[in-house]
Amino acid sequence: MDDRLIIRGIEFLSRLWVGTGKYKDFEETRTAIEASGADVVTVAVRRVNITDRKKENLLDYIDPKKYKILPNTAGCYTVEDALRYSRLARESGISDLIKLEVIGDEKTLFPDTLGLLKATEILAKEGFVVLPYTNDDPVMARRLEDAGAAAIMPLGAPIGSGLGIRNPYNIKIILETVKLPVIVDAGVGTASDAAIAMELGCDAVLLNTAIAGAKDPIAMASAMKHAVIAGRLSYRAGRIPKKLYATASSPIEGIL
Amino acid sequence: MRFLFFMRLKINGESAKNLKAATIRALLEELKIDSGRVAVEVNLSIIKKVDYDHYTLNDGDSVEIVNFVGGG
Repeated sequence: MDDRLIIRGIEFLSRLWVGTGKYKDFEETRTAIEASGADVVTVAVRRVNITDRKKENLLDYIDPKKYKILPNTAGCYTVEDALRYSRLARESGISDLIKLEVIGDEKTLFPDTLGLLKATEILAKEGFVVLPYTNDDPVMARRLEDAGAAAIMPLGAPIGSGLGIRNPYNIKIILETVKLPVIVDAGVGTASDAAIAMELGCDAVLLNTAIAGAKDPIAMASAMKHAVIAGRLSYRAGRIPKKLYATASSPIEGIL
Repeated sequence: MRFLFFMRLKINGESAKNLKAATIRALLEELKIDSGRVAVEVNLSIIKKVDYDHYTLNDGDSVEIVNFVGGG
């Protein structure tokens, strides 16, 4: 069964994408990511620690030859900052992908979609593979597609909230609105949330806190891996329609 | 003649003195930073890796050196 995820000519080997934040240490990060089976990992762009050069680097544990590195612009509240972080990320020479975030509100971390649209347009013209983190808004999804995004990444719920897919109907409409791959980014709290996203027909799920914040991150990483695979298979298999009343599974014929 | 020992740089927001480095390459080496994994900005302009060897730092320059850290 050929079911490959290809974005701008890049083949992705997993439909579960994971973040590298909030882990206890780099060893746990590595083990959890291995258990998740993800081949895409997100990273943030931050200042090098100049004073303590003995500190280890994330990339000592996550080999860029083995994983696709997806830098984000987390923490950027303006178009200018998002552009600056994106360009710095690319100049590192490790990745042309960018998980574009232009945050509009500190408390909810909801995207500033007007800024996001502007930044998407500029970066797409500069040759970036732009993956914008956006609202579950089908109209904005179409605008981002027109602006040159490589995929649409609607949130399921606020980042780190674990509230799951709060508006599955909007996600469904986004899937019908755009031709681009749709990747649910943020909000997943547990394995069933990831499965729901995939059953809706999403192309992939990106999550971080649900694994890193679980009591046993390694076990949750494995749960997420299976949930995404199960959700995808279920979507492709085609679920039965929902009905209000029962239909017996055993035959009437031959009843005593 | 350049009086390098008088050069004051701002690196990642902190004042740095007593740095001998005159180029980006030399600065990264002095700070023991692997140039393959970072990006460098001087006075808000990104410096391309191919220019690390000959980009000359000047007194008062503000340098930002970034890398990838854990994030979601």
